Amino acid sequence: MAVTSQAEDEAELLARFEATVGRHDRIEPRDWMPEKYRRTLVRQIAQHAHSEIIGMQPEGNWITRAPSLRRKAILLAKVQDEAGHGLYLYSACETLGVSRRELTAMLIAGKQKYSSIFNYPTLSYADVGTIGWLVDGAAICNQVPLCRTSYGPYGRSMIRICKEESFHQRQGYELLATMMRGTDEQRAMVQESVDRFWWPALMMFGPPDAESPNTEQSMAWGIKRDTNDDLRQKFVDMSVPQAKALGVTFPDPLLAWNEERGHHDFGQPDWDEFAAVVKGSGPCNAQRIAHRKKAHDDGAWVREAAVAFATAVVEERAPVSVSKPGEGSEQ
Amino acid sequence: MSEIQDEWPLYEIFVRGKRGLNHVHVGSLHAADDEMALLHARDVYTRRNEGVSIWAVRSDAITASSPDEKDPLFAPAGDKVYRHPTFYAVPDDVPNM
Repeated sequence: MAVTSQAEDEAELLARFEATVGRHDRIEPRDWMPEKYRRTLVRQIAQHAHSEIIGMQPEGNWITRAPSLRRKAILLAKVQDEAGHGLYLYSACETLGVSRRELTAMLIAGKQKYSSIFNYPTLSYADVGTIGWLVDGAAICNQVPLCRTSYGPYGRSMIRICKEESFHQRQGYELLATMMRGTDEQRAMVQESVDRFWWPALMMFGPPDAESPNTEQSMAWGIKRDTNDDLRQKFVDMSVPQAKALGVTFPDPLLAWNEERGHHDFGQPDWDEFAAVVKGSGPCNAQRIAHRKKAHDDGAWVREAAVAFATAVVEERAPVSVSKPGEGSEQ
Repeated sequence: MSEIQDEWPLYEIFVRGKRGLNHVHVGSLHAADDEMALLHARDVYTRRNEGVSIWAVRSDAITASSPDEKDPLFAPAGDKVYRHPTFYAVPDDVPNM
Protein backbone atom coordinates (compact mmCIF):
# COMPACT_ATOMS: atom_id res chain seq x y z
CA MET A 1 0.00 0.00 0.00
CA ALA A 2 1.27 3.46 -0.89
CA VAL A 3 2.32 5.62 2.03
CA THR A 4 0.31 8.82 2.01
CA SER A 5 -0.75 11.27 4.68
CA GLN A 6 -4.00 10.63 6.45
CA ALA A 7 -5.61 13.77 5.02
CA GLU A 8 -4.79 12.75 1.45
CA ASP A 9 -6.21 9.30 2.13
CA GLU A 10 -9.41 10.80 3.50
CA ALA A 11 -9.82 13.14 0.52
CA GLU A 12 -9.35 10.24 -1.88
CA LEU A 13 -11.83 8.06 0.04
CA LEU A 14 -14.38 10.86 0.06
CA ALA A 15 -13.95 11.43 -3.68
CA ARG A 16 -14.49 7.73 -4.32
CA PHE A 17 -17.55 7.68 -2.03
CA GLU A 18 -19.08 10.67 -3.79
CA ALA A 19 -18.36 9.19 -7.21
CA THR A 20 -20.16 5.97 -6.19
CA VAL A 21 -23.20 7.90 -4.93
CA GLY A 22 -23.06 10.15 -8.02
CA ARG A 23 -23.27 7.09 -10.31
CA HIS A 24 -26.39 6.02 -8.33
CA ASP A 25 -24.38 2.99 -7.33
CA ARG A 26 -24.88 1.58 -3.83
CA ILE A 27 -22.72 1.98 -0.74
CA GLU A 28 -22.20 -1.35 1.02
CA PRO A 29 -21.51 -2.04 4.72
CA ARG A 30 -17.73 -2.32 4.68
CA ASP A 31 -17.16 0.61 2.30
CA TRP A 32 -15.61 3.76 3.68
CA MET A 33 -18.27 6.40 4.31
CA PRO A 34 -18.31 9.88 5.85
CA GLU A 35 -19.15 9.72 9.55
CA LYS A 36 -22.10 12.06 9.04
CA TYR A 37 -23.54 9.80 6.33
CA ARG A 38 -23.28 6.86 8.73
CA ARG A 39 -24.90 8.80 11.58
CA THR A 40 -27.72 10.08 9.36
CA LEU A 41 -28.46 6.54 8.21
CA VAL A 42 -28.40 5.13 11.74
CA ARG A 43 -30.84 7.83 12.85
CA GLN A 44 -33.18 7.31 9.89
CA ILE A 45 -33.11 3.49 9.78
CA ALA A 46 -33.44 3.20 13.58
CA GLN A 47 -36.39 5.57 13.57
CA HIS A 48 -37.93 3.53 10.80
CA ALA A 49 -37.32 0.21 12.61
CA HIS A 50 -38.73 1.58 15.89
CA SER A 51 -41.82 2.78 14.00
CA GLU A 52 -42.50 -0.74 12.77
CA ILE A 53 -42.10 -2.19 16.26
CA ILE A 54 -44.17 0.49 18.05
CA GLY A 55 -46.61 0.33 15.13
CA MET A 56 -47.69 -3.12 16.27
CA GLN A 57 -49.39 -1.63 19.32
CA PRO A 58 -52.26 0.48 17.94
CA GLU A 59 -53.53 -2.41 15.83
CA GLY A 60 -52.54 -5.16 18.24
CA ASN A 61 -55.03 -3.44 20.53
CA TRP A 62 -57.86 -4.91 18.42
CA ILE A 63 -56.68 -8.49 17.83
CA THR A 64 -58.72 -9.98 20.67
CA ARG A 65 -61.81 -8.04 19.58
CA ALA A 66 -61.72 -8.69 15.82
CA PRO A 67 -65.29 -9.10 14.54
CA SER A 68 -64.64 -12.44 12.79
CA LEU A 69 -62.07 -15.20 12.56
CA ARG A 70 -61.19 -13.98 9.03
CA ARG A 71 -60.48 -10.44 10.28
CA LYS A 72 -58.53 -11.80 13.23
CA ALA A 73 -56.29 -13.95 11.04
CA ILE A 74 -55.65 -10.98 8.72
CA LEU A 75 -54.86 -8.64 11.60
CA LEU A 76 -52.54 -11.17 13.25
CA ALA A 77 -50.66 -11.63 9.96
CA LYS A 78 -50.39 -7.89 9.50
CA VAL A 79 -49.08 -7.23 13.00
CA GLN A 80 -46.60 -10.09 12.56
CA ASP A 81 -45.44 -8.44 9.33
CA GLU A 82 -44.78 -5.19 11.23
CA ALA A 83 -42.53 -7.13 13.61
CA GLY A 84 -40.77 -8.64 10.59
CA HIS A 85 -40.31 -5.21 9.02
CA GLY A 86 -38.77 -3.95 12.24
CA LEU A 87 -36.34 -6.88 12.20
CA TYR A 88 -35.30 -6.33 8.54
CA LEU A 89 -34.54 -2.71 9.40
CA TYR A 90 -32.71 -3.45 12.65
CA SER A 91 -30.60 -5.90 10.69
CA ALA A 92 -29.81 -3.18 8.10
CA CYS A 93 -29.00 -0.71 10.88
CA GLU A 94 -26.64 -3.16 12.57
CA THR A 95 -24.47 -3.27 9.44
CA LEU A 96 -23.55 0.33 10.34
CA GLY A 97 -21.90 -0.76 13.55
CA VAL A 98 -24.63 -0.32 16.16
CA SER A 99 -25.88 -3.27 18.17
CA ARG A 100 -29.47 -4.39 18.54
CA ARG A 101 -29.19 -3.94 22.29
CA GLU A 102 -28.15 -0.30 21.87
CA LEU A 103 -31.04 0.36 19.50
CA THR A 104 -33.62 -1.15 21.86
CA ALA A 105 -32.12 0.77 24.80
CA MET A 106 -32.25 4.05 22.86
CA LEU A 107 -35.92 3.50 21.96
CA ILE A 108 -36.90 2.67 25.53
CA ALA A 109 -34.93 5.65 26.87
CA GLY A 110 -36.63 7.97 24.36
CA LYS A 111 -33.28 8.85 22.76
CA GLN A 112 -34.37 7.71 19.30
CA LYS A 113 -37.74 8.52 17.83
CA TYR A 114 -40.44 6.68 15.92
CA SER A 115 -43.18 7.97 13.64
CA SER A 116 -45.53 10.31 15.50
CA ILE A 117 -48.57 8.61 13.92
CA PHE A 118 -48.34 5.72 16.39
CA ASN A 119 -48.92 8.06 19.31
CA TYR A 120 -52.57 8.34 18.34
CA PRO A 121 -55.07 5.86 19.82
CA THR A 122 -57.20 3.33 17.89
CA LEU A 123 -60.71 3.96 19.18
CA SER A 124 -62.83 1.78 16.88
CA TYR A 125 -62.40 -1.23 14.61
CA ALA A 126 -62.68 1.12 11.63
CA ASP A 127 -59.28 2.47 12.74
CA VAL A 128 -57.72 -0.86 11.73
CA GLY A 129 -59.01 -0.22 8.21
CA THR A 130 -58.02 3.45 8.20
CA ILE A 131 -54.51 2.64 9.38
CA GLY A 132 -54.14 0.11 6.57
CA TRP A 133 -55.49 2.47 3.94
CA LEU A 134 -54.08 5.87 4.95
CA VAL A 135 -51.20 5.19 7.33
CA ASP A 136 -49.75 2.27 5.37
CA GLY A 137 -50.63 4.15 2.16
CA ALA A 138 -48.55 7.12 3.32
CA ALA A 139 -45.79 4.71 4.39
CA ILE A 140 -45.78 3.19 0.88
CA CYS A 141 -45.42 6.67 -0.65
CA ASN A 142 -42.44 7.29 1.62
CA GLN A 143 -40.92 3.85 1.17
CA VAL A 144 -41.12 3.11 -2.54
CA PRO A 145 -38.48 5.76 -3.42
CA LEU A 146 -36.33 4.43 -0.56
CA CYS A 147 -35.93 1.13 -2.45
CA ARG A 148 -33.38 3.12 -4.50
CA THR A 149 -31.65 4.69 -1.50
CA SER A 150 -27.85 4.83 -1.71
CA TYR A 151 -27.20 2.47 1.21
CA GLY A 152 -27.49 -1.13 -0.04
CA PRO A 153 -28.84 -2.93 3.04
CA TYR A 154 -31.46 -0.20 3.64
CA GLY A 155 -32.67 -0.36 0.02
CA ARG A 156 -32.90 -4.16 0.12
CA SER A 157 -34.95 -4.05 3.34
CA MET A 158 -37.27 -1.52 1.74
CA ILE A 159 -37.87 -3.71 -1.32
CA ARG A 160 -38.91 -6.56 0.94
CA ILE A 161 -41.11 -4.29 3.06
CA CYS A 162 -42.83 -2.62 0.10
CA LYS A 163 -43.87 -5.99 -1.30
CA GLU A 164 -45.62 -6.82 1.96
CA GLU A 165 -46.99 -3.33 2.58
CA SER A 166 -49.31 -3.64 -0.40
CA PHE A 167 -51.25 -6.39 1.41
CA HIS A 168 -51.58 -4.06 4.40
CA GLN A 169 -53.08 -1.24 2.40
CA ARG A 170 -55.50 -3.43 0.47
CA GLN A 171 -56.81 -5.28 3.52
CA GLY A 172 -57.48 -1.91 5.17
CA TYR A 173 -59.31 -0.53 2.18
CA GLU A 174 -61.35 -3.71 1.83
CA LEU A 175 -62.26 -3.58 5.53
CA LEU A 176 -63.53 -0.01 5.16
CA ALA A 177 -65.38 -0.82 1.93
CA THR A 178 -67.14 -3.68 3.74
CA MET A 179 -68.20 -1.34 6.55
CA MET A 180 -69.39 1.25 4.03
CA ARG A 181 -71.77 -1.36 2.60
CA GLY A 182 -73.13 -1.96 6.11
CA THR A 183 -75.34 0.14 8.37
CA ASP A 184 -75.48 3.93 8.78
CA GLU A 185 -73.76 3.47 12.10
CA GLN A 186 -70.88 1.61 10.45
CA ARG A 187 -70.56 4.26 7.74
CA ALA A 188 -70.43 6.97 10.40
CA MET A 189 -67.77 4.98 12.20
CA VAL A 190 -65.60 4.90 9.06
CA GLN A 191 -66.02 8.65 8.43
CA GLU A 192 -65.19 9.48 12.05
CA SER A 193 -62.06 7.34 11.84
CA VAL A 194 -60.92 8.94 8.56
CA ASP A 195 -61.52 12.40 10.06
CA ARG A 196 -59.22 11.57 12.97
CA PHE A 197 -56.42 10.01 10.92
CA TRP A 198 -56.26 12.28 7.85
CA TRP A 199 -54.14 15.06 9.39
CA PRO A 200 -51.77 12.77 11.33
CA ALA A 201 -51.31 10.78 8.08
CA LEU A 202 -50.24 13.97 6.26
CA MET A 203 -47.79 14.67 9.09
CA MET A 204 -46.07 11.34 8.40
CA PHE A 205 -44.12 12.96 5.56
CA GLY A 206 -42.39 15.25 8.04
CA PRO A 207 -42.24 19.04 8.30
CA PRO A 208 -42.55 21.29 5.20
CA ASP A 209 -39.39 21.39 3.07
CA ALA A 210 -38.52 24.90 4.28
CA GLU A 211 -38.29 23.54 7.84
CA SER A 212 -36.72 20.19 7.14
CA PRO A 213 -33.06 20.67 8.08
CA ASN A 214 -31.84 17.23 6.97
CA THR A 215 -33.48 16.97 3.55
CA GLU A 216 -30.87 18.74 1.43
CA GLN A 217 -27.87 16.74 2.64
CA SER A 218 -29.85 13.48 2.60
CA MET A 219 -30.83 14.06 -1.02
CA ALA A 220 -27.27 14.93 -2.02
CA TRP A 221 -26.15 11.60 -0.54
CA GLY A 222 -28.99 9.71 -2.21
CA ILE A 223 -30.42 8.63 1.16
CA LYS A 224 -33.68 10.42 0.38
CA ARG A 225 -34.95 10.59 -3.19
CA ASP A 226 -37.89 13.02 -2.83
CA THR A 227 -38.71 15.98 -0.58
CA ASN A 228 -41.35 15.82 2.17
CA ASP A 229 -43.70 18.18 0.34
CA ASP A 230 -43.45 16.33 -2.98
CA LEU A 231 -44.34 13.04 -1.30
CA ARG A 232 -47.20 14.65 0.64
CA GLN A 233 -48.62 16.01 -2.62
CA LYS A 234 -48.35 12.61 -4.25
CA PHE A 235 -50.18 11.00 -1.33
CA VAL A 236 -53.03 13.54 -1.43
CA ASP A 237 -53.42 13.08 -5.20
CA MET A 238 -53.54 9.30 -4.78
CA SER A 239 -55.96 9.33 -1.85
CA VAL A 240 -58.68 11.64 -3.20
CA PRO A 241 -60.08 9.22 -5.83
CA GLN A 242 -59.77 6.33 -3.35
CA ALA A 243 -61.87 8.29 -0.84
CA LYS A 244 -64.44 9.05 -3.52
CA ALA A 245 -64.76 5.39 -4.43
CA LEU A 246 -65.14 4.53 -0.77
CA GLY A 247 -67.75 7.26 -0.15
CA VAL A 248 -65.91 9.22 2.54
CA THR A 249 -64.61 12.78 2.69
CA PHE A 250 -61.42 14.29 4.09
CA PRO A 251 -61.76 16.98 6.78
CA ASP A 252 -60.05 19.70 4.75
CA PRO A 253 -62.14 22.62 3.39
CA LEU A 254 -59.20 23.71 1.20
CA LEU A 255 -58.94 20.38 -0.60
CA ALA A 256 -59.69 21.01 -4.29
CA TRP A 257 -58.38 20.03 -7.71
CA ASN A 258 -56.11 22.67 -9.23
CA GLU A 259 -56.33 22.39 -13.00
CA GLU A 260 -53.35 24.66 -13.55
CA ARG A 261 -50.96 22.70 -11.36
CA GLY A 262 -52.44 19.33 -12.26
CA HIS A 263 -52.53 18.54 -8.54
CA HIS A 264 -54.86 18.94 -5.58
CA ASP A 265 -54.53 22.00 -3.38
CA PHE A 266 -54.83 21.17 0.30
CA GLY A 267 -54.50 22.71 3.75
CA GLN A 268 -51.55 22.30 6.09
CA PRO A 269 -51.70 20.01 9.11
CA ASP A 270 -51.36 21.62 12.53
CA TRP A 271 -47.57 21.71 12.73
CA ASP A 272 -47.65 22.84 16.37
CA GLU A 273 -49.50 19.64 17.22
CA PHE A 274 -46.91 17.67 15.21
CA ALA A 275 -44.05 19.29 17.15
CA ALA A 276 -45.79 18.58 20.46
CA VAL A 277 -46.40 14.90 19.61
CA VAL A 278 -42.79 14.44 18.43
CA LYS A 279 -41.60 16.02 21.69
CA GLY A 280 -43.61 13.47 23.68
CA SER A 281 -46.97 15.03 24.51
CA GLY A 282 -49.13 13.05 22.07
CA PRO A 283 -52.09 11.09 23.42
CA CYS A 284 -50.21 7.77 23.70
CA ASN A 285 -46.44 8.50 23.81
CA ALA A 286 -45.95 7.37 27.41
CA GLN A 287 -48.16 4.30 26.97
CA ARG A 288 -46.33 3.12 23.84
CA ILE A 289 -42.88 3.31 25.42
CA ALA A 290 -44.07 1.81 28.71
CA HIS A 291 -45.57 -1.14 26.81
CA ARG A 292 -42.39 -1.68 24.79
CA LYS A 293 -40.28 -1.54 27.97
CA LYS A 294 -42.56 -4.02 29.73
CA ALA A 295 -42.39 -6.45 26.80
CA HIS A 296 -38.58 -6.18 26.84
CA ASP A 297 -38.35 -6.66 30.62
CA ASP A 298 -40.88 -9.50 30.64
CA GLY A 299 -38.88 -11.26 27.93
CA ALA A 300 -35.61 -11.13 29.86
CA TRP A 301 -36.04 -14.60 31.38
CA VAL A 302 -36.71 -16.08 27.93
CA ARG A 303 -33.49 -14.59 26.56
CA GLU A 304 -31.58 -15.85 29.59
CA ALA A 305 -33.09 -19.33 29.34
CA ALA A 306 -32.26 -19.57 25.63
CA VAL A 307 -28.63 -18.68 26.28
CA ALA A 308 -28.45 -21.14 29.20
CA PHE A 309 -29.87 -23.89 26.98
CA ALA A 310 -27.51 -23.10 24.11
CA THR A 311 -24.53 -23.09 26.48
CA ALA A 312 -25.59 -26.40 28.05
CA VAL A 313 -25.93 -28.05 24.65
CA VAL A 314 -22.46 -26.86 23.58
CA GLU A 315 -20.93 -28.20 26.81
CA GLU A 316 -22.66 -31.53 26.39
CA ARG A 317 -21.41 -31.85 22.84
CA ALA A 318 -17.92 -30.58 23.61
CA PRO A 319 -16.18 -33.97 24.13
CA VAL A 320 -17.47 -35.17 20.77
CA SER A 321 -16.34 -33.78 17.43
CA VAL A 322 -17.82 -30.33 16.84
CA SER A 323 -18.12 -30.82 13.13
CA LYS A 324 -21.40 -32.12 11.87
CA PRO A 325 -22.66 -33.05 8.46
CA GLY A 326 -23.80 -29.78 6.92
CA GLU A 327 -25.38 -28.72 3.69
CA GLY A 328 -22.11 -27.23 2.57
CA SER A 329 -21.55 -29.91 -0.03
CA GLU A 330 -24.79 -28.98 -1.70
CA GLN A 331 -23.13 -26.30 -3.81
CA MET B 1 -26.74 -11.51 33.09
CA SER B 2 -23.47 -10.49 31.52
CA GLU B 3 -23.18 -7.87 28.78
CA ILE B 4 -21.92 -10.39 26.24
CA GLN B 5 -24.64 -12.96 26.86
CA ASP B 6 -27.26 -10.25 26.69
CA GLU B 7 -26.89 -10.07 22.90
CA TRP B 8 -27.39 -13.33 21.02
CA PRO B 9 -24.89 -13.96 18.21
CA LEU B 10 -25.62 -12.66 14.73
CA TYR B 11 -26.42 -15.10 11.90
CA GLU B 12 -26.51 -14.44 8.16
CA ILE B 13 -29.50 -16.05 6.46
CA PHE B 14 -29.54 -17.55 2.96
CA VAL B 15 -32.74 -18.77 1.31
CA ARG B 16 -33.22 -21.01 -1.73
CA GLY B 17 -36.26 -19.51 -3.43
CA LYS B 18 -37.16 -22.67 -5.28
CA ARG B 19 -35.57 -25.90 -6.45
CA GLY B 20 -32.97 -25.25 -9.10
CA LEU B 21 -31.85 -21.89 -7.69
CA ASN B 22 -28.88 -20.99 -5.49
CA HIS B 23 -29.32 -19.94 -1.90
CA VAL B 24 -29.31 -16.14 -1.79
CA HIS B 25 -28.41 -13.91 1.13
CA VAL B 26 -31.57 -12.27 2.50
CA GLY B 27 -30.42 -10.60 5.71
CA SER B 28 -29.37 -11.36 9.24
CA LEU B 29 -30.86 -12.06 12.64
CA HIS B 30 -29.91 -12.84 16.23
CA ALA B 31 -30.38 -16.27 17.79
CA ALA B 32 -29.11 -18.10 20.87
CA ASP B 33 -28.06 -21.14 18.82
CA ASP B 34 -28.11 -22.66 15.32
CA GLU B 35 -31.48 -24.31 15.71
CA MET B 36 -33.15 -21.12 16.88
CA ALA B 37 -31.51 -19.25 14.00
CA LEU B 38 -33.29 -21.55 11.54
CA LEU B 39 -36.65 -21.14 13.28
CA HIS B 40 -36.30 -17.36 13.43
CA ALA B 41 -35.22 -17.30 9.78
CA ARG B 42 -38.38 -19.18 8.85
CA ASP B 43 -40.53 -16.64 10.73
CA VAL B 44 -38.68 -13.52 9.58
CA TYR B 45 -37.77 -14.34 5.98
CA THR B 46 -40.26 -16.92 4.68
CA ARG B 47 -43.72 -15.82 5.80
CA ARG B 48 -45.00 -16.03 2.20
CA ASN B 49 -43.45 -19.19 0.82
CA GLU B 50 -40.29 -17.33 -0.22
CA GLY B 51 -38.14 -20.40 0.18
CA VAL B 52 -37.75 -24.16 0.16
CA SER B 53 -34.45 -24.29 2.06
CA ILE B 54 -32.63 -22.06 4.55
CA TRP B 55 -28.97 -21.76 5.51
CA ALA B 56 -28.08 -19.97 8.75
CA VAL B 57 -24.39 -19.11 9.18
CA ARG B 58 -22.79 -17.41 12.16
CA SER B 59 -21.69 -13.98 10.86
CA ASP B 60 -18.32 -14.29 12.60
CA ALA B 61 -17.65 -17.49 10.63
CA ILE B 62 -17.69 -15.66 7.29
CA THR B 63 -14.42 -14.63 5.66
CA ALA B 64 -14.97 -11.71 3.31
CA SER B 65 -12.85 -9.98 0.70
CA SER B 66 -12.01 -6.31 1.13
CA PRO B 67 -14.73 -4.02 -0.21
CA ASP B 68 -12.11 -1.61 -1.57
CA GLU B 69 -12.57 -1.47 -5.34
CA LYS B 70 -8.89 -0.78 -5.81
CA ASP B 71 -8.08 -4.00 -4.03
CA PRO B 72 -5.68 -6.08 -6.12
CA LEU B 73 -7.74 -9.21 -5.44
CA PHE B 74 -9.87 -8.74 -8.53
CA ALA B 75 -7.16 -7.20 -10.69
CA PRO B 76 -6.06 -10.44 -12.39
CA ALA B 77 -9.50 -10.71 -14.01
CA GLY B 78 -9.38 -7.14 -15.30
CA ASP B 79 -6.89 -7.58 -18.13
CA LYS B 80 -8.03 -10.98 -19.40
CA VAL B 81 -10.65 -9.91 -21.89
CA TYR B 82 -9.87 -13.09 -23.88
CA ARG B 83 -11.90 -14.97 -21.28
CA HIS B 84 -15.08 -13.46 -22.73
CA PRO B 85 -16.71 -14.78 -25.91
CA THR B 86 -17.08 -11.25 -27.31
CA PHE B 87 -13.25 -11.04 -27.54
CA TYR B 88 -13.35 -13.25 -30.65
CA ALA B 89 -14.42 -11.99 -34.07
CA VAL B 90 -16.50 -14.49 -35.99
CA PRO B 91 -17.92 -13.69 -39.46
CA ASP B 92 -21.59 -12.67 -39.36
CA ASP B 93 -22.65 -15.43 -41.77
CA VAL B 94 -21.36 -18.26 -39.56
CA PRO B 95 -24.47 -19.75 -37.93
CA ASN B 96 -25.11 -21.02 -34.39
CA MET B 97 -22.13 -19.42 -32.69
